[in-house]
Amino acid sequence: MNTRAQAYLWFAQRLSAGLLGFFVLVHLATMIYAVRNGLSAAEILSRTRGNTPWMLFYVLFVLSVAVHVPIGLRNILAETFAWRGRGLELLVLAIGGFFLVFGLRAVWAVYAPGAA
Amino acid sequence: MDQITPQSLGSIQVSVWRSSGPGGVAAGDGRFETFEVPRAPSQTVLDVVTHIQRHLDPTLTYRFACRVGVCGSCAMVVNGEARWTCRTHVDKVSKDDRLEISPLRNLPVIRDLATDMSEFFDKWARARGQFTGSRTRHDPFEVVSPQSAERRQADLGIECIGCGVCYSSCDVVEWKPDYLGPAAMNRAWTLINDTRDQTNRERLAAVAGDAGCHACHTHMTCTERCPKHLPLTAAIAGLKRATTRALLKGEL
Repeated sequence: MNTRAQAYLWFAQRLSAGLLGFFVLVHLATMIYAVRNGLSAAEILSRTRGNTPWMLFYVLFVLSVAVHVPIGLRNILAETFAWRGRGLELLVLAIGGFFLVFGLRAVWAVYAPGAA
Repeated sequence: MDQITPQSLGSIQVSVWRSSGPGGVAAGDGRFETFEVPRAPSQTVLDVVTHIQRHLDPTLTYRFACRVGVCGSCAMVVNGEARWTCRTHVDKVSKDDRLEISPLRNLPVIRDLATDMSEFFDKWARARGQFTGSRTRHDPFEVVSPQSAERRQADLGIECIGCGVCYSSCDVVEWKPDYLGPAAMNRAWTLINDTRDQTNRERLAAVAGDAGCHACHTHMTCTERCPKHLPLTAAIAGLKRATTRALLKGEL
């Protein structure tokens, strides 16, 4: 991977970190609200199903995670085990793909009418 | 008031790293050897090492030159932290009248307390630490205003003495041996801010990426330990900003 690509990775991680800071705060506030007000699963689903703004919020959340986590893991593995090269990149890419697929699947499950 | 004499100050126990064999040994090959050194008023750690070599064991190897904090030759790890030994008073760093002195970390040991600084300075060259102007000796001097923002930025980092304390203290250098390190990137940052230099595009490419400024974790140990109190982490942060701007403009 060339220097330019490495610089792009750093920039993508910074950008995704900034977005995640906002997403995590909103997510936690929503969770606390839901728990403290004793909302049932059905009541929560009634609010999320067909709710496009919430769907877009969580799609962006998942995308940020799928970008942020593999880049950070790549750095951690490289620094801890002196691991470099194609194998490392494929592994973290696969982990990013895992978060993306299962994250989007979860978003679809609470958004789509009749899903889950 | 009683006069303070070396005799009245007692002595200090000094553990010094000794290589197990001559020349080119790895830092791990060796052991600590303990010496008893008489205390003296305003005694520096370099005074202690010099006393050991001149009076107790002439085979002790170490490096120094100016003794006044200018040349950057005498840095060693003292009680766990890299320091310039010529300007470090024993009073300030000894614990229970004990000192432990070992060679700088992250550099190969030549012998005892002397490290091979080649890689450290090669990285300055790799970070394009050379000035490249546009004028010849026949042209008039190019004027740089002392008040300009760039000159003031360069001023903050210009007093580096190349002692290697930051490099020895940096965790990222330990984890990534190809990482340029704080001193080389501080040098690059002073040149980025030198309006006369013509090679900043190449310099930004040289300091970007996994072996450059983007690997810095902002631990700030370099800034904390730098004996000249240079804002090294801020210099690396400046390079991150400059490389990102170049990246987004398609110039990296």
